[in-house]
Amino acid sequence: MKVLMLGWEFPPFISGGLGTACYGLTKAMSEMGIEVLFVLPKPIHSEYATHVKLVAPKPGSSLSSSSDVFALKEFRNVRFRTLPSALQAYQTPSAYKKTVKTTTTSTEVEKSVKVEELAAVESAPDSNVSSPSKSGEAFVGAGANYAGDLYSEVERYARLVSQIAGQETFDVIHAHDWMTYPAGLGIAAISGKPLVIHVHSTEFDRSGEHVNQQIYDIERQGMHGAQRVITVSFLTKKILATRYNVPADKIRVVYNAIDNNHKHVPTHTQIQRDEKIVLFLGRITMQKGPEYFLAAAKKVLEVMDNVRFVMAGSGDMIRRVIELAAEMGIGHKVLFTGFLRGEDVEKIYRMADLYVMPSVSEPFGIAPLEALSHDIPVIVSKQSGVSEILTHVLKVDFWDINEMANKIIAVLKHPPLHSTLKEHGSFEVKKLSWSDAAKCCLNVYNELVGEKALLV
Amino acid sequence: MASVCFYFQVHQPFRLRRYSVFDADPVYFDEFKNAEILRKVANKCYLPANYILLELIKQFGGHFKCAYSITGVILEQFEQYYPKVMDSFKELAQTGCVEFLAETYYHSLSFLYSREEFSEQVNLQRARIKQLFGQEPKVFRNTELIYNNELAQLISQLGFKGIICEGADHILLGRSPNFLYRPPQCSELKLLLKNYRLSDDVAFRFGNRDWKEWPLTAEKFANWVNQVNGNGYVVNLFMDYETLGEHQWADTGIFDFIKHLPQAVLQYGTNDFKTPTEVVNAYPAADQLDVPHMISWADTERDLSAWLGNAMQSNALHELYKLESQIKASSDPQIIADWRKLQTSDHFYYMCTKYFADGDVHKYFNPYESPYDSYINFMNVLDNIRYRLRKIGRDNSPPQPIALAAPVKAYRPR
Repeated sequence: MKVLMLGWEFPPFISGGLGTACYGLTKAMSEMGIEVLFVLPKPIHSEYATHVKLVAPKPGSSLSSSSDVFALKEFRNVRFRTLPSALQAYQTPSAYKKTVKTTTTSTEVEKSVKVEELAAVESAPDSNVSSPSKSGEAFVGAGANYAGDLYSEVERYARLVSQIAGQETFDVIHAHDWMTYPAGLGIAAISGKPLVIHVHSTEFDRSGEHVNQQIYDIERQGMHGAQRVITVSFLTKKILATRYNVPADKIRVVYNAIDNNHKHVPTHTQIQRDEKIVLFLGRITMQKGPEYFLAAAKKVLEVMDNVRFVMAGSGDMIRRVIELAAEMGIGHKVLFTGFLRGEDVEKIYRMADLYVMPSVSEPFGIAPLEALSHDIPVIVSKQSGVSEILTHVLKVDFWDINEMANKIIAVLKHPPLHSTLKEHGSFEVKKLSWSDAAKCCLNVYNELVGEKALLV
Repeated sequence: MASVCFYFQVHQPFRLRRYSVFDADPVYFDEFKNAEILRKVANKCYLPANYILLELIKQFGGHFKCAYSITGVILEQFEQYYPKVMDSFKELAQTGCVEFLAETYYHSLSFLYSREEFSEQVNLQRARIKQLFGQEPKVFRNTELIYNNELAQLISQLGFKGIICEGADHILLGRSPNFLYRPPQCSELKLLLKNYRLSDDVAFRFGNRDWKEWPLTAEKFANWVNQVNGNGYVVNLFMDYETLGEHQWADTGIFDFIKHLPQAVLQYGTNDFKTPTEVVNAYPAADQLDVPHMISWADTERDLSAWLGNAMQSNALHELYKLESQIKASSDPQIIADWRKLQTSDHFYYMCTKYFADGDVHKYFNPYESPYDSYINFMNVLDNIRYRLRKIGRDNSPPQPIALAAPVKAYRPR
């Protein structure tokens, strides 16, 4: 089985769950012997001096500097191709415009990079929270200024991918999220190969009711043009059925997972605190429900005093949320850290007593899995895909702030609840694996390609 | 000669309402839901089953008999929500062919935490049965058939002649559950052991079409019972009453099975039906049965892990029983009753995480979305009980000089 996979972010160039999901899925496929050609629009680095420096090949390293094809050592069966495109995940059309303006218009193919350098980037300090490549950036949805640049870039990506596709052989096309759907549709038309699109989020998750019509149209075209549609939850499947009118029988649900090989540095210095910490970690955008978190915090503080609420992340609502905390009179109890990465994420997980994900609409939500694997009890909103697969977490409706507060207080007040959630939760999360997700994808390919030449 | 001894467990808890940490009123129980469930189960099970058993007793002129253990908490619910069910049990009592057993009034785990509370609840239940059905219970069954040697001693002291427990393989060690046994150091008391294979054939497997013995007919079952003949005295069929019509729905044919069973059993001539007390009086104890560790009839483990398997459960129970002396000292009948209703074992069963992820019998009748929700709810209620206790304590204690009240004191008329 050979898969042409179209993505737009991949570690370390990630800004959200999509890159993590592509990484985990592709790695598991590689281990199963599925051949994958992963085509990425590579961000043009000139805007970020630190990146350029870090990604540059080390002297004497064995890089083929003239090729846009490279491989990573833990991905035996995967080749990567990058395109000179400015596409980035979670980017708004207006932010895109900004990126392009400051970008050198070089069409030169990106240099290949090695794993070591990639790892270095991951831990690179970056305090520039407003840069579009960070998870702090979100879709603005309606009201943003659509200059058309982003859309022409999506089209250009499609054209370039089609050229690559002409040089390659593959059995199936697998496209991740809306920016790659036109490319997927194009290659499917040229090659006659079946197209699978993978929906990690929809315009309704990102923008609520204020959808961007152009993006919606691209999504809808992809969903209807593809032979199969993979969603990351039944929640998303339902949105596709009701909002995009996609026939349910062509949708398959494949849950995300978590890389359990990830090692966590054990806590060496457990500082005794008399204050409990409740953590919100994610983009501070409408979709993630930060104002419900604050409202619940206020309720909690009515009955408990020794609690601090930490909001880690940034996004288009950050200023509003900071103001809101002040207006509510709980500003002194809410700490905003800005966007965190690498070591700092580890640190904040180590400090937290409870993780809360109050998302208004979350197609899946990998972050709670990460919290659980850090031995932190979790509260998730019922409006999340991840709540479909986790049993040892607390679940609330995102709007039910009284119940959210009730549960936060209970976890902080009753150590047996904290420990039982922690023990069962971290065990449960170990059972989730990317290889199961990869197998589900393989089943989808098999449905399309036929029974031959499948399992290796 | 082989006897068939039926005992049915009749119990429904007072389920808690959703009680948040922000709630402050002392109304803990979900009246509406409890009434609704009771009526539903009564219509599907208690009423039709009582009617059928009454007809069988009449039809066989006293040769069909059975026993019930009806908890105090469900008797209260019959009175409050569905008096017709109470009348129908009274009618059964009047036939003289039905025995009522003793247990803890609140279907509690009190034996594990407080012998004093346990004895009080047993006596409450005994008195209630006497008052309603005119019988003095002679045989005891503990909540979920929780049992060990110590329980036997205590029950013997309370004046019972027999006690019911699970015929678990690991205590029988190859011996048959179809004999009577005696606990160590209690020569007077006899043990009736549940024949779990035959009981579960009816209670769990009856409607299972994948079971190789499906469909189970009364004749086939009576034949299995008859095979005990010569190798035991009694087949103890102990099960939840809800088996008839609720766990096994009417369309499985469970009621027809029961209707035909007496005829099928009695056709073997020497076989008969006996109530637990009749069994105790009729047969000697075959051997001593040593049960140093707690057993129960739950799950495959036959232990306490369904109620005490995780930290939340033991914490909730511990915190609850810690209040005993304060609760009793308050002499407030309402708070005592509330506290006791919280002791019902179901509340702790809902907190069980053992099979939660797999989804099974533990989810049946569980009003909560998760064991965690049930723990949170329970602890919030317990918090309010504590608050009430503090309030009662303040109200009852003699007026104390208040720390900051020096000026006030000065104004106090002498």
